[in-house]
Amino acid sequence: MTGYLLRRIAQAVVVVVLVATIAFFLIHLAPGDPFAAAVENPNVSEGVRAHWRDAYGLDRPLPEQFVRYIASVTKGDLGWSFSLQRPVLDVLADALPHTLLLMSIALTASFALGIFLAITQVMKRGSATDRIISGVSLLFFSTPEFWLALMVIVLLAYRFPVFPIGGMVDPVTHSSLGPVFRIVDVARHTVLPALTLTLLFSAVVARYQRASLLDVLPSEYITTARAKGVPERVIVRRHALRNALLPVITLFGLAFPALLTGAVYVEKVFSWPGMGLVIVNSIDTRDYPLLMAAVIIGSILVTAGSLVADLLYRAFDPRLRHEG
Amino acid sequence: MTEPLLSVENLRTWFHTGDAVAKAVDGVSFSIGSGETLGIVGESGCGKSVTALSILRLVQQPGRIESGSRIMFEGKDLVTLDDAAMRDIRGNRISMIFQEPMSALNPVFTVGDQVAEVARIHGHGSRRDAWNRAVEMLSLTGIPAPEERAKEYPHQLSGGMRQRVLIAMALIMNPALVIADEPTTALDVTIQAQILELLVDLQKRFGTSILMITHDLGVIAETASRVVVMYCGEVVEEAEVDTLFAAAHHPYTEGLMHAMPQLSEPRARLNVIPGSVPAPTDWPSGCRFRDRCPYSWERCEREHPPLYEISPTHTSRCHLAVEPEHRANPHPPLVEQLGVSV
Repeated sequence: MTGYLLRRIAQAVVVVVLVATIAFFLIHLAPGDPFAAAVENPNVSEGVRAHWRDAYGLDRPLPEQFVRYIASVTKGDLGWSFSLQRPVLDVLADALPHTLLLMSIALTASFALGIFLAITQVMKRGSATDRIISGVSLLFFSTPEFWLALMVIVLLAYRFPVFPIGGMVDPVTHSSLGPVFRIVDVARHTVLPALTLTLLFSAVVARYQRASLLDVLPSEYITTARAKGVPERVIVRRHALRNALLPVITLFGLAFPALLTGAVYVEKVFSWPGMGLVIVNSIDTRDYPLLMAAVIIGSILVTAGSLVADLLYRAFDPRLRHEG
Repeated sequence: MTEPLLSVENLRTWFHTGDAVAKAVDGVSFSIGSGETLGIVGESGCGKSVTALSILRLVQQPGRIESGSRIMFEGKDLVTLDDAAMRDIRGNRISMIFQEPMSALNPVFTVGDQVAEVARIHGHGSRRDAWNRAVEMLSLTGIPAPEERAKEYPHQLSGGMRQRVLIAMALIMNPALVIADEPTTALDVTIQAQILELLVDLQKRFGTSILMITHDLGVIAETASRVVVMYCGEVVEEAEVDTLFAAAHHPYTEGLMHAMPQLSEPRARLNVIPGSVPAPTDWPSGCRFRDRCPYSWERCEREHPPLYEISPTHTSRCHLAVEPEHRANPHPPLVEQLGVSV
C-alpha cells in the first residue's frame, strides 16, 4: 500500500511538472503580454514599456524565463501578479478558501442529493416518481450554468428577495458585525451559488447513480440477497449501492479539482471572490505568474482527484484492495 | 403420504414480453414430504429454474405467477402471501442454493457477513451472535479455519469453498426446505462429489427437505428419492428414482437416460435427443415432445396428453400409457425427417 502510494505520488509529480512546462510555453506563445493594454496606450512611452519588461525579465529568452520561474517556484515564490499588483501567494490565500468553502458545500450536497435521488428512483423504478425525477434531472443536466444562475437570482434574490444577489459578504455591514453574524452573513451569501451548483451537479450524479444501480440489480448476488429475505430497501442501499458506486466515484474524482479551481460561470454571475474569477481575470490580463499558479494548482488537484478516486475504489471494492 | 411440506399445484409462471407470452412454467404440480429429496430434472429452458424461483416468488418482471397457481407451504399459499410474510419465509423456512457460487456471492462483503446477514434478518440475537452462528455454520460445512475464512471475501476462496459458504447461508436458519438449483454444475467433478455428500449429510442431520434441480441424472441418482422430469414447462414424468432409472416411461426421459455417457461402455458417439426445446412463446399443440419423439403418431398431434398413472407412484404424460403398442415400431423423429439439423 505504501509502495503504491509512493508510486502514485511520483507519477503525480511528473504529470504536474509536464503540465506546468507545456502551460508555461503555451501561455507565453499566445499573443500579447501583461503590458498589452499599456502598449495600446499612447501615453505610455516605448521606454517605459522597455523598462517594465526589463524589470520583470520579460525581455529575456523564453527558456531562461522558464528556468528562472521554476527556480523561484521551488523556493516557494510564485511571483508577482501584474494585474493585481500584489504577490500571487497573497491572491491565492484570499481566493482559495472562498472557493473551497463554496465548492465543498456544493459537491457534498450534490453527491448526497444525487445518490439519494437515485436510490429513491430505483426503489420505485418505473413509477411516476421515478419518471418525474428523471425528467427534472435531465432538464437540469442540460441547462447552461450561467442561465440557471441568473434564473436563481431572478427568483430568489429579485422577485422574492430572500437571499443576497451576489458577493460573499455584505459590503456595507459585514465589518461591523459580531463573529456569529459574520458567519450568518457568509452563509446567506453562499446559499444561492451553492444551490445553483447543486441543482446542476446532483442531476448528473443522480443519472449516473441510477443507471449504475439498474446495471447491478439484475446480478445474481442480488437474487441471493432476496432469497435470504433481505428487504428491498436494504437490497438497494446495501447490496446494490456498494457495487454501484464505482462510476460515481469516477465522477467524484473528475469533479474533485473544482474544489480549488472553482466554477467559473457561477462565480462570475454571483461575483463570488474565488479562484474561478481569478483565473478568468488572469487570462484576460495575460497575468502570467497568476495564471501559471492556477494551472499548477489545477494539475495538482486533477492528479489528486484521480488518486482519491483510486483509493475510494479500493475502499469500496475488496477485489482491488488485494491486487498489488 | 401424510400432508406434504410443500405442494405446488398447477403453477404457471409466464413472461409477458410485448405481444408474446413465454409460458416458461405451464401448469406444474408436485409435492415434497418432510425430510424428502425431490429431484427436478430437465434440459436448459424446460422451466426448472423458473419453478424454483417461483416457489420463493423471486421471478422478476416481466415474469408473473398466473392466478390459479397455488404453492402450499406449511398451511400457507405462497402465491397470495403478502410481501412481509414472504420475506419472513425466504432464507428462514425455505432457502436457496444457487448454481454459480462466484456470482451468487456479493463481491464487496466478507463471506462471514453474508452468512451472518441471514441470521441478523431472521434471528433475534445480537450482531455478535449472528456472526458466531455464521462461523459455526461455516465450520459445519467443512470450511477449515472458519473464523479466519469468515473474514475473507468471495474472490479469496476457491469454487468449492464458495459453494460451502452458500450452503452454510442456506442452512443457518435450519429451514424446512432447501432449493438447490444446479448446486454442483459450476464445480470440478471431484468437488461436485464432496458438495453432494455434504448436502446429503447435512440433510440427514437437520431433517431438511431438498428440492434438487439439475440437468444431471447422476446428481439425481446420488441424492433424490423421487424425480420429476420437466419438459417445455410441464411435468412429463414423475417416479421413484429406482423406477425411473429401471423403467422410464416417457420417451423424453428415455432419451435423457440414453444421453448419459457410460464409463463402462466402450467409447462411442454420445447419444443425443435430436432437435432442441421449442421456444416457450410457442409450445407445440398436442404433445410438446412429439417432433423429437421416435414413437409419435397421429394422436400425439391431436391431443395434449394428460399425466397418465402408470402405477400409484409413477405418472407419465405420454399416450403410450394407453396405446403401448406404438412403442414397438420406433421411427426417426419428425425433426430429422424434416432435415432440421440437430
